[in-house]
Amino acid sequence: MTTQAQSALIVHSISPGASIQDAGRPHLRNMGISRGGAMDWLALCEGAALLDHPAPLNALEMSGAGGTFEASCDTVIALSGAPMVAQLDGVTLAWNASHLLRAGARLYLGKSLGGSFSYLSVRGGFAEPMTLGAQSAHFAAGLGRHIRAGDRLTIAPQENTASIARIAGRGLRVSDRFQGGVCRIVESFQSDMFSPQTRARFCDTVFRRNPRANRMGARLDFDGARFEHNCEHSIVSDVVRGGDIQIAGDGTPYALLAESQTTGGYPRIGTVIPSDLPKLVQTPANGSIRFQFVDLETALLAESASRAQVKKLRASCHPIVRSPHDIADLLAYQLISGVTAGRELEEDDE
Amino acid sequence: MTFDPPAPTNTPDFPVIKHVGIDGLIVSFAPQLTDTANRAAIAFGDAVRACNWDAVSEVSSTLVSTYVGFDPLAISHVELTGRLASLLQSQDWSQAPMNTTRKRWHVPTVFGTDLAPQLDEAAAMAGLSVEAAIASICAQPVRVQTVGFAPGQPYLGTLPPAWDIPRQTTLTPKVPQGALVVAIRQLVLFSVAAPTGWRHIGQTNFPLFRPDREPPFLLGTGDEVQFVPVDPDTLERTSDDPMGGATCEELTS
Repeated sequence: MTTQAQSALIVHSISPGASIQDAGRPHLRNMGISRGGAMDWLALCEGAALLDHPAPLNALEMSGAGGTFEASCDTVIALSGAPMVAQLDGVTLAWNASHLLRAGARLYLGKSLGGSFSYLSVRGGFAEPMTLGAQSAHFAAGLGRHIRAGDRLTIAPQENTASIARIAGRGLRVSDRFQGGVCRIVESFQSDMFSPQTRARFCDTVFRRNPRANRMGARLDFDGARFEHNCEHSIVSDVVRGGDIQIAGDGTPYALLAESQTTGGYPRIGTVIPSDLPKLVQTPANGSIRFQFVDLETALLAESASRAQVKKLRASCHPIVRSPHDIADLLAYQLISGVTAGRELEEDDE
Repeated sequence: MTFDPPAPTNTPDFPVIKHVGIDGLIVSFAPQLTDTANRAAIAFGDAVRACNWDAVSEVSSTLVSTYVGFDPLAISHVELTGRLASLLQSQDWSQAPMNTTRKRWHVPTVFGTDLAPQLDEAAAMAGLSVEAAIASICAQPVRVQTVGFAPGQPYLGTLPPAWDIPRQTTLTPKVPQGALVVAIRQLVLFSVAAPTGWRHIGQTNFPLFRPDREPPFLLGTGDEVQFVPVDPDTLERTSDDPMGGATCEELTS
């Protein structure tokens, strides 16, 4: 019996919780399924830009640590999101960059060096089955699976090595959104259930992302009195959006994320604006977060700027070994986030 | 920003249009669940969907509200709020027919027994004998008031006032897929095994969410469910049936 070997990424080892993620399922709320998809949508777009894809396809999403991988054919990969220790056959790789992965070479992704969610994208994307319009695993809805050691992830048929090699060796300068910080929120339909004093205290409070956060949401720990709503009657269950900050019955805020439930009865004090969601989801365990209310006009300007930035990502990719100017910036960024400088950078410094 | 249109209603501040995040509007018909508010939310959602507005990406209805997701850079909040307000004023939505293609499902259900151990307790809280409790649940079809929380999971109602019983103070660690639970004049049918604070009074084999089959979701908002009491042996014989023994008829409103 002969079988045509499909192009694949072989998973030799992988940390728990990894899954394939794409843009998710935006139109199933009416059926009780939240959008899901990549926790850091911007990182998915950055990976796509590095691979010269006109639109984001899918990526392997990993949290906390990566794994060891091997391709069955020459391909190009991109690394984006929370930076990790990355090596190809023992040689350190730049993060936020694309790299040629030759058949048989070993890609090692180690501990994450900040942030929460890291992405490994491949040229042409992973050929995962489509369910309900997307390839994303959605664990809350029972869709898809965790990626495990021994899996062979089929990838799209690759062009010849010479033509894909031109895509490798590109880098992208990325703003540091991996240490927590200030997230902007807008008032939502239940914000007026909280007094102005409560909302002001909410914005003055420094929260810590609870380490047990998952794709559904993150508890936000803090010191101080519980947050109370001022509703005298019980609150009827209503629509929940990703980015909502819900105040649970014990007075603790929860950030509701990609796989949140679609409806809920706990009131939401506000909603994080889409362009600050990457910072919210990338806040590392016990990392600090504060919230700042902005008006709708400010939020829409930020949204407009964010979309323009995503559109420019492909054009913003630059060769990572050729331009001393870019190398210097990349090196500076990597020192800030604690990544070991890559070998190509050391050579360039000579 | 809120907008209070002078629409026909008995509650002075409703319906009301409010913002949800930066890219959603919600039209709420009442502060608490009522049957008329739920009917209005479903009918109004159908009407918004039928408008097919370009920048509107999704419409869904919850218990008392219609949610409209849209691209705020393609249509302004003011413009979309105005369109929704005009539509609100065009008729009394609590009296409007629900114009989706609706179905009525007849679902074989075991009440009580080991399969649904909290029937006695729930009936006592409702002040009914077990027989009267089953008769009350099955006396008329109940409407899918909303689908949510979990995939394909319906909230059904409205039950008679006797069923205004609270949720438990502690969670039942797990009820199985197909469980029928009750609280606050509503029923929920579980699409997946899950913990719940509602009381488990019936058990079905009704498959609410089948991601690998067409259609993946059997119940939509506005559909009706008639529970049909059966004994455990009868239910067991439906376990191989892809519909769990349920049958369906088209409703015309």
